[in-house]
Amino acid sequence: MAIYKLHINGRSYQADVEPDTPLLWVLRDNFGLVGTKYSCGIGACGACTVHVNGQAMRSCTLPVAAVGTQKVITIEGLSANGDHPVQKAWDEVDVAQCGYCQSGQIMTAAAFLKSNPKPTADQIDNAMHGNICRCGAYHRIKEAVKLASTKA
Amino acid sequence: MANSTSRRDFLKIAATAGGGLMLGFDWFSAKAEITSVISNAALAAGKTEFNSFLSISTDNIITIFSPNPELGQNIKTSFPMVVAEELEADWSKVNVVQAALDTKKFQRQTTGGSGAVPHSWMILRKAGATAKAMLVEAGAKRFNVPLDECMASNGFVVHSKSGNKLSFGDLAEDASRLTVPKEVKLKDRKDFKLIGTSVKNVENKNIVTGKPLFGLDFYREGMLLAMIQRPEAFGLKLKSVDAAAAKTMPGIVDVVSFKNNVAIVGKSTWQINKARKALKIEYEREGNLESSADHDKIFSELLNGNNTQVRRKEGDVEAAFKNAAKVITSEYQCPFLPHNAMEPMNFFAHVRADGVELVGPTQTPASARSAVSKLLNIPEGKITVEITRLGGGFGRRLMTDYALEAAELSNIIKAPVKVIWTREDDMAGGLYRPAVRYRFEAALDTDGNMVGYKLRGVGMNERNPTRENNFPSGAVDNLLIESAEHRTPITTAPWRAPITNFLGYAEQAFLDEVATAAKKDPVQFRLDLLNRAKTSPAGAVRYDVDRMIGVIKLAAEKSGWGTKKDVSQGFSVYFSHASYVAQVAEVVMKAGKPVVKKIYAAVDCGEVINLSGAKQQVMGGIVDGMGHAMYGNLTFKNGSPEQNNYNKYRLIRMKEIPEVEVFFVNNGISPTGLGEPALPPTGGAIANAIFKATGKRVKAQPFVLEEPFKIKAV
Ligand code: FES
Ligand code: FES
Repeated sequence: MAIYKLHINGRSYQADVEPDTPLLWVLRDNFGLVGTKYSCGIGACGACTVHVNGQAMRSCTLPVAAVGTQKVITIEGLSANGDHPVQKAWDEVDVAQCGYCQSGQIMTAAAFLKSNPKPTADQIDNAMHGNICRCGAYHRIKEAVKLASTKA
Repeated sequence: MANSTSRRDFLKIAATAGGGLMLGFDWFSAKAEITSVISNAALAAGKTEFNSFLSISTDNIITIFSPNPELGQNIKTSFPMVVAEELEADWSKVNVVQAALDTKKFQRQTTGGSGAVPHSWMILRKAGATAKAMLVEAGAKRFNVPLDECMASNGFVVHSKSGNKLSFGDLAEDASRLTVPKEVKLKDRKDFKLIGTSVKNVENKNIVTGKPLFGLDFYREGMLLAMIQRPEAFGLKLKSVDAAAAKTMPGIVDVVSFKNNVAIVGKSTWQINKARKALKIEYEREGNLESSADHDKIFSELLNGNNTQVRRKEGDVEAAFKNAAKVITSEYQCPFLPHNAMEPMNFFAHVRADGVELVGPTQTPASARSAVSKLLNIPEGKITVEITRLGGGFGRRLMTDYALEAAELSNIIKAPVKVIWTREDDMAGGLYRPAVRYRFEAALDTDGNMVGYKLRGVGMNERNPTRENNFPSGAVDNLLIESAEHRTPITTAPWRAPITNFLGYAEQAFLDEVATAAKKDPVQFRLDLLNRAKTSPAGAVRYDVDRMIGVIKLAAEKSGWGTKKDVSQGFSVYFSHASYVAQVAEVVMKAGKPVVKKIYAAVDCGEVINLSGAKQQVMGGIVDGMGHAMYGNLTFKNGSPEQNNYNKYRLIRMKEIPEVEVFFVNNGISPTGLGEPALPPTGGAIANAIFKATGKRVKAQPFVLEEPFKIKAV
């Protein structure tokens, strides 16, 4: 066990955990930030996606010891009032079915659009291909990413 | 039950409900007398028979308790829309609350079988219309004008002559003192303002901001977490556990075993996960350790044996096949499939001396409660069940195993505990859609008419893997449908569109084979059969021939059936859960392999309530159907599943989805199910398009292992 100081959503947090604990479980179990979801734990689905220094990362395979002073943003901190262009597009297109995968989808899309604000349809497909939606809401996810790219 | 209520009585409710009109109505019964102002006395005595509440507070908020579990079928949005439509409410003032399990109030608090909307359509409408009638009456009294000069509109009662208006909130208390009308007039569907439009999911904001909605997100002060190690193979049972090492690991509170389970209880998910690996467990054999190769053999034996049960028989099948000009025989098989809801199974339980608290994602809260009641010998009245949002269900959450485990564990450790499954636990933990094989046979006469039809379905833990009364039953004079079953220790459960999720594909692919052999256009072939079912039915016809013809024609028209040169089209149509769906898949060849480019769907589910949600269900059903047809494959070796996470088990992803276009038949018939019916036809449409493109039939799932996908690029 060791003490880790983390910068999350513009605040500092502290946890006494083992170094190999994935960031995902520190967020969920220690800090109650449960918007970041668990589904596979092996980096294969994207449900646990957060931003680390602006990059989309899978928190389920990122040990807390590797986070250091990097700035972490979770779905709870993506915007103050749920009004990030990607969140707004998700509402407008009415994307969610069960909704479980959606915070990971949104975090993936938000980081992607930051690096590529005006993507082509193929680029959207490529960027979102790693995120599974078991409900099959892919058409609307695509549409919402496209819509968000016109808003930002 | 309370048909009227005294003023004093009402005011007490008003106090508890924040003031206003509170109506009780039964979401689920078809009784005519369904609505009443709820009396406080009746409520307090638990005597109210009414099954849900619609309340209008004096500050003009309309609250509707939604009893059914929400798993993405969008019921939490579509049910209240129906009430609001008849009420003439302002949708932005409607607030939906998930109700906890209450069998006194709700009769069918279940999500499954695409059954909720059909059950509740008229009830919801009447509840809204009743409240509206009372508000309008209260308004007319307040304005002191004749009743027929007043109407309800967008949350107000308006006096048309003067233009004066009062909000529902202003009138709610007055309305609550009126007698509940026996008969109310429902709106004409041409006046619908909400129904049939696209209304956004009421939970969107919470979902996109990551609010704790799901079972896995549930937290209770002092709660422990636990994982359970279950036998790694079906057919094994627990022999001994050495938990000495695990118990000393950081964060571990206890390790206990019950039944075949070894539960590691602790404070954090990661610590539990690590300690779990330090367990030393021995198992012993209890049943057969089956492999997929064994299943193939078992299926062949069952198909060729005599141990079948007749499900439906018409005419003289033997003679029809003996005298046939041509006989077509074909077999179709699918593997086991896990449900793979994105949110793995989990449940919270707190067994105390005075009762049990259960919280979690379940499609059937009532079954969870009765199972826990039996297990712990605690009366149901002492058990509460709170329903969280479900991160997918697909039938898996109709089962109560994971709630029972939590309750049993909490009872042993005497503490509140949430049992969480890892993905590996979830995928390898059983209760799968069982593998099945079908043998179809068709007899054609010299004109290419199907005069005989045989289907033998052999399944696992499924007494009847056929749907003996579905099309083409009723359309073929000589018909025999039989089934046989193998009991496997591998546990099985319903999976979205049970049975028809594969039967739909197999049957529609086989009918395509028959049409080809008869040298008939696949669409015309089906229409001819349906016309037979209509003009000279062979036995009972348990589907609506005209509605089926309707979707077939609509899909053919919208897809430009038979007119396209650059794509290969495949057709299918299926009736399930009281809805009709026809699909046309379009396939092109890319690098020598078939690629699905587009799927058209024509859907008759009666009245569409929420267009956005309905489209979403159809598109999701098609993606689900395609994904599992193409890739889904859970195989077994010595009783153990060989795939246990997404890296080994392929789910469809963004780049693999075709374009999908959805068309609804606009016939105004009472709505029928939509959570499942779009799935069964998809595999068939794709398989038939693949045949058009490659000349090869895919007869087993997953398609990617079949021949058309092995063709080398030329
Ligand atoms: S939970 Fe992290 S990628 Fe699936
Ligand atoms: S919305 Fe259910 S998994 Fe994506």
